[in-house]
Amino acid sequence: MNARSTQSIRRILLRRKFLCALALSSTYVATFAAGWLHPVRLLAAQWNEAAFDARALGDALKYIGATAAIESDQIQLKAPEIAENGAIVPVEIVSRIPATQSIYIIADKNPQPLVAIFDITGDMEPFISTRIKMGESSKVRVLVKAAGKFYVATQEVKVTIGGCGG
Amino acid sequence: MADSMKIRAQLQGNVADVKVLMLHPMETGLRKDPITGDIIPLHFIQRVVASHNGKTVLDAQWSQAVSKNPFVNFRIRSAKTGDKVAVRWEDNKGETASIETTLN
Repeated sequence: MNARSTQSIRRILLRRKFLCALALSSTYVATFAAGWLHPVRLLAAQWNEAAFDARALGDALKYIGATAAIESDQIQLKAPEIAENGAIVPVEIVSRIPATQSIYIIADKNPQPLVAIFDITGDMEPFISTRIKMGESSKVRVLVKAAGKFYVATQEVKVTIGGCGG
Repeated sequence: MADSMKIRAQLQGNVADVKVLMLHPMETGLRKDPITGDIIPLHFIQRVVASHNGKTVLDAQWSQAVSKNPFVNFRIRSAKTGDKVAVRWEDNKGETASIETTLN
């Protein structure tokens, strides 16, 4: 039994440990959110295992349904041209495509290219900023799903020290 | 762990700019313990959900390639003073954490 199927069993069992966070000041309010329980247990909802496990870029795109993505200049992707530390590569995305519903981040040459999927409602600005690990210099590929169609923009990021830890 | 998340939500007009920092090792399963030489197992946040006044606005699926101590910044429209913004994560071991803040 490998690590992945153990995790599948854990997901099925939905073992949970709630971590309490202490309030530091009026700006940071951390609560044991017993009053706010997401109606659907998060891990019972989708985690696209096939897409995240995919080692080939083509498979990752296939499993998110994005094989026919159209290049778009309406996706603003900000990432460093040279990342000193592949463990922390800042990626900032703004989508100007109407009806943006999801933003995907891929690092083409990572052992598993798909890094993150962000599904957003219309109450959100189509903007995400986060930090990712890159194992080596590679294209960072951002896909946007809008009104059911996929769009793509890429940027080459050079990595001086790889960030996957191996 | 005493303090596993920090959140900062600032109203800019009627848009809430939300920045969240989550304390989590985001282990890739590729690192070796420097002392024992054993592989440190995969341990990463898989799901993140953010809500605005109880309604889900962001639903994210992550891999172990999101950086350690994940930072995420997003913006919620039609926001106003008194609104509640909450963020919750779950990792591959079934551990969870959540945080809530009220917009000033």
